[in-house]
Amino acid sequence: MSGGLLFALGGIALFAIGISALVLRPHLLRKILALNVMASGVFLILVGGGSGVQGVDPVPQAMVITGIVVSVSATALGLALVLRIARMTGHASLPEDRNRAAAEAKAE
Amino acid sequence: MSGPSAQRPVLRAVLGLALLAVAAGLANALMAPSGFPNLTAAVDASLESSGVGNPVTAVLLNFRAYDTLLEMAVLAAALAGVWSLGRATPTLALRPSPVLVGLLRVLGPLFPIICGYLLWAGASQPGGAFQAGAVLATSAVLYVLLAREAGPRLPELPMRVAAVAGVGVFLAVGLAVMAAGGGFLEYPPALSKTLILAIETAAMISIAVTLAGLFLGGRPRSEP
Amino acid sequence: MDPQLNTGLLLDGVLVAVLVWVAWAALWGRGLFRSIVLFIAFGMILSIAWIRLGAPDVGLAEAAIGAGLTGALLLATWGALPERVGEEEAADEQAEESADERA
Repeated sequence: MSGGLLFALGGIALFAIGISALVLRPHLLRKILALNVMASGVFLILVGGGSGVQGVDPVPQAMVITGIVVSVSATALGLALVLRIARMTGHASLPEDRNRAAAEAKAE
Repeated sequence: MSGPSAQRPVLRAVLGLALLAVAAGLANALMAPSGFPNLTAAVDASLESSGVGNPVTAVLLNFRAYDTLLEMAVLAAALAGVWSLGRATPTLALRPSPVLVGLLRVLGPLFPIICGYLLWAGASQPGGAFQAGAVLATSAVLYVLLAREAGPRLPELPMRVAAVAGVGVFLAVGLAVMAAGGGFLEYPPALSKTLILAIETAAMISIAVTLAGLFLGGRPRSEP
Repeated sequence: MDPQLNTGLLLDGVLVAVLVWVAWAALWGRGLFRSIVLFIAFGMILSIAWIRLGAPDVGLAEAAIGAGLTGALLLATWGALPERVGEEEAADEQAEESADERA
């Protein structure tokens, strides 16, 4: 097993952790963190899988640099939206998550 | 029995199984004996005619230049989105910490030198427009944090111009090359180093202004 | 077996284990501020991983943009959230923990 493959498997684990936190944790800021972790996992898969015995492959590296810049733009836009939602509604979570939590608490 | 209290572990179990299946499939694909297709040889073969010595910069600004053009457009679109949500709210008018003041007194003049070096060295060593633009954006953010009044007054029109300069210069070069008789963004090999440097400079300024604008979180206030 | 290769692989293994651990702690831990700080640490360790993978350009970009600027954006937004939202978030996490204990 090479180092690149090890990082790629770690990237798969990061993707799984990220997507489970995205679905299951209600706070919007935490969802944005989860999206960033998912993106980092995918970048590790791209570059880790591409580092073979033929040498370092520059094309996935260029794609990952592009991906990092795009994901910071999306994060910034998402954070601005979260701030606006929090200021207008007073909550930082989606109504579906709040209703589910309230129903669970009531069923106890 | 079904109900909200029983749904929670069922939801988690289903999600866990689905993730396990996806992870197993991905790991299987990664460890296949054929492996991933490797483009190192193809890039190295055309590296001399690309105008730069760093293969990653060559891929970003020559071989896959269209992707980089679209990426600059994504940055501009994100800035437009953030700006459309409202004005930049003033930060609290606290006295800036003496650590910040002392740090900027030392580092302030060094930032442009570092960015210029990163940009210039990106042609043959690790570096490039994105890294230089990010460092410049960081210095802008530090100066915004230093502002003593509530809400820094920033010139709005130069910011708008700088934010679209990256896409603009990129498009202009691509179309000019097309007018001279080539494909879109197909640089003539004799001029490619100059053109790449020109595009990288505009891209660095554009990235710096866009990232700093995203940190501000809203339209800058230019009237007193 | 070549001992030099083994040390490199061991370092890579430790890096991957630390990355997964810090990501888990950031996303599934308690406290939003703690999550943001752990996420910045995650970005810094990830930039070391990029160096190990032979991608110094990506490492530079990750350290500056991924950890630095994203961390600054997250902290600025967290600080600008209204106070009522902070209390509500603490109550949400308490409810989640007690739901986990009951399940």
